Amino acid sequence: MKNNIIKLLKPLLDSLKDLFPIILVIAFFQIVVLQQPIPHLPQILVGTLLVVIGLTLFVKGLQIGLFPIGEAMAYAFARKGSLFWLLLFSFALGFGTTVAEPALIAVAAEAADVAASAGAIENSVESRQSYADGLRFTVALSVGLALVIGVMRIIRGWPIQYLIIGGYIGVVIMTGFAPDEIIGIAYDSGGVTTSTITVPLVTALGVGLASSIKGRNPMVDGFGLIALASLTPMIFVMAYGMIR
Amino acid sequence: MIEFLHHILNVAIDTVFDVLPIAAIIFGFQFFVIRKKIPHLNQVLLGFFYVLLGLSFFLVGLQEALFPVGELMAKQLTDPVFIYGSLEAIPEFLHWTDYQWVYIFAAAIGFSTTIAEPSLLAVAIKARDVSGGAISVWGLRTAVALGVGMGIALGTFRIVSGTPLHYYIIVGYIIVMIQTVFAPRMIIALAYDSGGVTTSTVTVPLVTALGLGLASTVPGRSALLDGFGLIAFASLFPMITVMAYAQLSQWRARRNGSN
Repeated sequence: MKNNIIKLLKPLLDSLKDLFPIILVIAFFQIVVLQQPIPHLPQILVGTLLVVIGLTLFVKGLQIGLFPIGEAMAYAFARKGSLFWLLLFSFALGFGTTVAEPALIAVAAEAADVAASAGAIENSVESRQSYADGLRFTVALSVGLALVIGVMRIIRGWPIQYLIIGGYIGVVIMTGFAPDEIIGIAYDSGGVTTSTITVPLVTALGVGLASSIKGRNPMVDGFGLIALASLTPMIFVMAYGMIR
Repeated sequence: MIEFLHHILNVAIDTVFDVLPIAAIIFGFQFFVIRKKIPHLNQVLLGFFYVLLGLSFFLVGLQEALFPVGELMAKQLTDPVFIYGSLEAIPEFLHWTDYQWVYIFAAAIGFSTTIAEPSLLAVAIKARDVSGGAISVWGLRTAVALGVGMGIALGTFRIVSGTPLHYYIIVGYIIVMIQTVFAPRMIIALAYDSGGVTTSTVTVPLVTALGLGLASTVPGRSALLDGFGLIAFASLFPMITVMAYAQLSQWRARRNGSN
């Protein structure tokens, strides 16, 4: 009985520990620096409780759901031995998870506002909408492509640093040519594409592939898909800014 | 209370729509291409359900509790009246040191939100399992969080000082490239990945509020042009700190070995 309670409470306690730094920072700045009482204290306590429960459930779900399915699919594709289907799956996963990503939709809308105020596009609802949609598809396409390249890399065992450094050089060159108003958005778009559900799945897929292919090391070769998925959008968004 | 439940329900529906394309792709390929039964299907479905429920609770909790306070604080700390004491005391030319509390807040909020970031936790758990415990969950998360804290503090300095974003990013890239040559091979891919996972559910809204608050109150900055870029800093610096963490542990191991 006692053991069961500990088993139940331990993950909750872990999540509380994860959240503790934020609580500390907010309390310190509110009380010491701004010297104000904390507003809506009961609401904050209920919210914090929800966050703790949510994080606990999420971690449990990762371990029994997202990680196993990602790995199982990696093994299944490796056994099947069909490169075409594996690459198509990678592309679909990258494109499908990105195109509907709420953070990306928000960034694309802001980017359209910036482009309109800079005079790059006509300042009307339709032209802003079409600019934002175009940008979204561009980013989703680039993430799909990143996963295809990343999966190829795991299969062939290419060192990740050559791809990343090559990509950086691409980013730097593009920065020289892209219109000024798109640069900040392009740099930020790399960070917003990878959502909380995509990251565990893609990581499990990469690690699963690297451990099921002979001669690959899951630590050296398994990671890196997320890095590529954060890099290609920068290049593609700048290219989009140049073409439009 | 009813409003509260309504809110949870709304967020849950949004989360379902986020997961739908992913589930469709996974199960579509599973049934039409792989054509094999999913091992432990019930457990996997339960896992998906937990992830959905967990994320919904997590988001509602953040929206109810942390975001309003955090955003309000970002606004108050960047307010010139707070920085100079009163409206009359606002000087004609600002000095970057006037914003010291903003930099400290940026570093602290960057660090603490990264520790709570669920996708970073997922990658850290995976890295621990794959490395056989050589990379600890807290070690990786602390290294990444330090990077995000440093990055966002520097990013706020950039907004205050008005220097071009790409100078910082290009110098950061050069540091990453140099470190790549010297860092242990096993950490490189993980370090690159930790750049992309840091910025999602928790960090982005708070950091965006900080950037926009700063860019709209600092004289001479435009929210539209200067408000962006903090996320880029937050994705760049963790690569540097994670490689530095690995280099440091390697160096310490070597020194202990030679003694």
